[in-house]
Amino acid sequence: MAAVEKIIENRIDDKTTDSKALKWVGTRAPRPDGVDKVTGRAKFGADTHLPNMLIGKVLRSPHAHARILSIDPSAALALPGVKAVVTRDDFPDQPAGAVQPAGEMIINYRDMTRNIMAREKALYEGHAVAAVAAVSDRVAGQALTLIKVDYEVLPHVIDVDEAMGADAPLIQEDLITEGMDPAPEKPSNIAKRVEFGHGDIETGFSQAQVVIEREFKTRPVHQGYIEPHACLASFSEDGQADLWCSTQGHYVARGHCATLLGMDVSKLRVTSSEIGGGFGGKTVVYLEPVALALSRKACQPVKMVMTRDEVFRASGPACGTSMQVRIGATREGKITAGDATLKFQAGAFAGSPVPAAAMCAFAPYDLEHVRSVGYDVLVNRPKVAAYRAPGAPLGEYAVESVIDELAKALELDPIEFRLLNAVREGVDSSYGPKFGPIGCIQTLEAARDHDHYQTPLGSGQGRGVATGYWFNIGGQTSATLNLSEDGSVALVVGTPDIGGSRASLAMMTAETLGIELDKVRPLVGDTSALGYNMLTGGSRVTFAGGIAVVGAAEDLIRQLCERAALTWDLPLDDVEWIEGEARPANGRAGSEAPMSMAEIAKDMAKSGGPIVGRHSTNAQGAGPSFGTHVVDVDVDRETGRVSVTRYTVVQDAGKAIHPGYVEGQYQGGAVQGIGWALNEEYIYDEKGKIENAGFLDYRVPVCSDVPMIDTVIVEVPNPEHPYGVRGVGETPIVPPLAAISNAVENALGIRFTELPMSPPRVLAAIEQAG
Amino acid sequence: MARNHVTTTINGDPVEFLCDTEQTLLDVLRDELHLTGSKEGCASGDCGACSVTMDGRLVCACLVLAVETQGAEVETIEGMADGDRLHPLQQKFLDHAALQCGVCTPGFLVAAKSLLERNPDPTESEVRYWLAGNLCRCTGYDKIVRAVLDTAAEMRE
Repeated sequence: MAAVEKIIENRIDDKTTDSKALKWVGTRAPRPDGVDKVTGRAKFGADTHLPNMLIGKVLRSPHAHARILSIDPSAALALPGVKAVVTRDDFPDQPAGAVQPAGEMIINYRDMTRNIMAREKALYEGHAVAAVAAVSDRVAGQALTLIKVDYEVLPHVIDVDEAMGADAPLIQEDLITEGMDPAPEKPSNIAKRVEFGHGDIETGFSQAQVVIEREFKTRPVHQGYIEPHACLASFSEDGQADLWCSTQGHYVARGHCATLLGMDVSKLRVTSSEIGGGFGGKTVVYLEPVALALSRKACQPVKMVMTRDEVFRASGPACGTSMQVRIGATREGKITAGDATLKFQAGAFAGSPVPAAAMCAFAPYDLEHVRSVGYDVLVNRPKVAAYRAPGAPLGEYAVESVIDELAKALELDPIEFRLLNAVREGVDSSYGPKFGPIGCIQTLEAARDHDHYQTPLGSGQGRGVATGYWFNIGGQTSATLNLSEDGSVALVVGTPDIGGSRASLAMMTAETLGIELDKVRPLVGDTSALGYNMLTGGSRVTFAGGIAVVGAAEDLIRQLCERAALTWDLPLDDVEWIEGEARPANGRAGSEAPMSMAEIAKDMAKSGGPIVGRHSTNAQGAGPSFGTHVVDVDVDRETGRVSVTRYTVVQDAGKAIHPGYVEGQYQGGAVQGIGWALNEEYIYDEKGKIENAGFLDYRVPVCSDVPMIDTVIVEVPNPEHPYGVRGVGETPIVPPLAAISNAVENALGIRFTELPMSPPRVLAAIEQAG
Repeated sequence: MARNHVTTTINGDPVEFLCDTEQTLLDVLRDELHLTGSKEGCASGDCGACSVTMDGRLVCACLVLAVETQGAEVETIEGMADGDRLHPLQQKFLDHAALQCGVCTPGFLVAAKSLLERNPDPTESEVRYWLAGNLCRCTGYDKIVRAVLDTAAEMRE
C-alpha cells in the first residue's frame, strides 16, 4: 500500500514564499497533544469533576410544537436531593434585534434565550423546557418526572416546501420576511430572502443551445461529533463564575452565557476542554447557560452532559433543503447562464446558512449571467447550527449535478467541461468580489491527470467528479509567547484545538523564531489569559492563528534583539536574528559571540525584566479554496447499496503546514460527505418526532463502509499569510454529495435528485427503471 | 437501596468499589474511579468510544453492568502503555496522524490491540470490519487503518 504523499506546488513570487528552506513548516512533526490523547489522559468536556458537584438534567418537550401554558416544579423541588430547578423565568428576555455575527452564523439573543429554554412555546421535539440540579444522576432524573408542564399541542411543520405554504402553521406568529420589496404584509415562516449574482439571466439563457433544469431535495442531517455536549459550571456567591466546557470558541461561549444570564462578561471565566469533534455544531451554547443558572441558584458546581439521544434531538443539526437549478450552455461548452433557487430549513429560529449556499453555488464558474436566490425558512426543528462549510455542500450538490448532466449532453469530459468555465485570478466571482490568487484550475488539472481518473472502471462501476468552493475566514485572534528563564517558550492561544492546531501553530512559531520545535509548548489559554479570540471555525485557525503567532514571534525577536543590543552596547540596527540567535550585523558582524534565546533569557532580569511576545489581530485576507473530488462506486442491483470503491480528494491548501493533518481534513470531510450522500438523514414520524435519534439508526459511515481516501495537496500560496496558508477544513465536505451522485448516475444511468441515496431509495429507482 | 460491593482487577491493580445495580462499568470507571480515558459517545454500544477488555474479551463498557466485573480482569486505555513506553499502536497512531479530535482514539486503540492479539497479520478488510464498531467522525478512518496495519507489520518483525 503506497503512502499517500503527493504535494503539487505552484509557487508564485511574492512576499510570503521565499526560497529559504523551511525547517518545521511542511513537516510531519509530532503533535504536542498527541500522547495525552493516546493514553486517555486528555480531558474532554465530561471528564472534569469538582468537589460538591451536582448533576444537572434537562426536561425536554415531547411535542414538535406546543404552547406552554404552565410549568409547576414544586413536586420536583420537594424531592430530597434536588437543589435547584430553572425554567424560562430564570432567564431575562432579550431585546429584539440584538444581533451579532459569530463565526459563520449570526447570533440573535432574543432567539438564543428561547432556544436554550423555551418561553412562550416549545418549538421542536426535544426543546428544553426546564432543568434540574440534584445530588446524583438518579435523583435528577427522578426530579424531571415530577415537573408538571401543561401544553397546548399545536400543528407542526417539518418539510421546507410545506413550511412555505400559505396554510402552514406559523412557528413565529409575527415573522415578516426580510429582503422582500415590497415587504409582505402577512407573517409567514419565511424569515429572509437573499439574492446574489450579476448580468441578466434571461439574456444568458437566450444564448444557450442546451438548457437543463432540475429540482432537488435533501434530508436534514447532523454533524455527528462523537463527544456529546458537556460542561461544568461553578457560580460563586459573589457573582463570579467559572465554566469548563467542550466548545469551538470559549470566548464566544463566554459572551453568549454572560448575555443570557445578565452578568459582566469578565466575571465569567471559560476554560475550553479538549473537544471531541464539533464541525460547527459546538459554536453555539445549549447546556452552558443552563448549568450556570442552576449553579447560581444552587450555590454549588453543576455538571451537565447530553445523552446521544439529546444530541440528536436538541443540538446541531444541519438543514434539509429544496432546490431548483437551471444552467444553459453553448454547444461548444461555454456556460451562458446559471440560476438557482435554494430553500433551506432554518429550524425554529431564523439563520440557516442559505446565504453562504447561494454565494458558493456557482463560485467555481466564470459566468456572465448568474443568479442565486435563497430562502431561510422556519420549521419545527432545532435551530440549525453550522456544519462544515455551512450550506455550501447543498447548493453545490444541486449545481454540480446539473453541470454533470450538461457535460453528458454536450458529450464533453466532465473535467474538461469544468475547465472550459472555471474561475481564475482576476475574475469576478458569481457572488461579487474579484478573485485573487486561487487554485480552481490547478485542482481540476491535478484531478484530470491523476492515476485515479486515468484508470479504467471495473464492470458495472461508475465514476463521478465534482468541484467545490469555500471562502474561509479570518477574524479576531490573539497569541502570547512567554519566554521562560531557560529560553524555552510557552505559546498561549485562544482557539480550541479541534484537529491539530497546537501542532501547526507551534511549528510556525518555531520556524519564525528559528528554534527547535520542542522548545515551544503550545497551550490553549482560558478566557482570562489573552485578548479576544473568535471561535475555531471557518477554517480560520491555522490562517488567523498563524498570523497571530508569527506576529508574536516577531515581537519576541524584536525584544530579544533589543536585549542583545543593550548587552553589546550596539545600536538595534546592528543586531540581527538568525537561526534562533542574536548576532551583530552590518559592519559589526562577528564582533561579539552570538547570543541564543537561552542566554538572553538567563539574564533577562538584568537586561530589563520579563520578555513576552504578543500579537492581536483582526486577520483579513483569508484565502478561498477549491477542491475537486473523483469517486468510483459500485451499486448492488439487488439491495440498492452503493459502495464507494475508490476516492481521491484534490484541494488547494495554499501551504500545508502539517501535511498529515491537512490530509486528515481532506479525508474526514470526504467521508462525512459519503455519509451525507448515501445514508444520513433524520426520519420524522407524523407527529414531528425523530424516529432515529441514535447511531444505530442514524447511520454515519463506519470503517468497513469506506476505502482509503487518496489526497493531493495543491499549493497556490495565499499572499496574505506569512507561510501562504488558506483554510483547509471545510472545503473537503463540499464536493462529495454531487461527486457521488454523479458516480451513481454513471453506474446506473439513473439521475438521483434526492439525498440520501440510501439502499431503499436506490432500489426503488432501479426497480422503477425496469 | 444498598449498594453492591465489587472486587475486581483493573489494569493489573486490585480495585474495590461500591455501585448501584443499574450502574454500568463505564459509569463506575468514569464517575467512581475517575478513569475518564474511556469515553461515553452513545451509551448504547454503537460508537465503541468506551471499548475495554474484560477477561481478554473486547466489550463496550456501557453495555456491561459494573457488578458483572466481580472477580474479572478489566483492561482500559489507562493500562495500555508500559510505564513511559507507549504501546506500539499508540506510537503508530501518533506517527500516522491517525487522530484529530482524539475522543474516539482510546476506543480504537483498545479495539485494535484486541485485534492484533488474535490476528497478528490482518488484511485491510479484516482491520476495517474489526473496527466497524468504533465510530470516528474526524479522520475518515484512512490513517487509523494504516496505523494498525503498520503496527501489525512492525510487531511481526
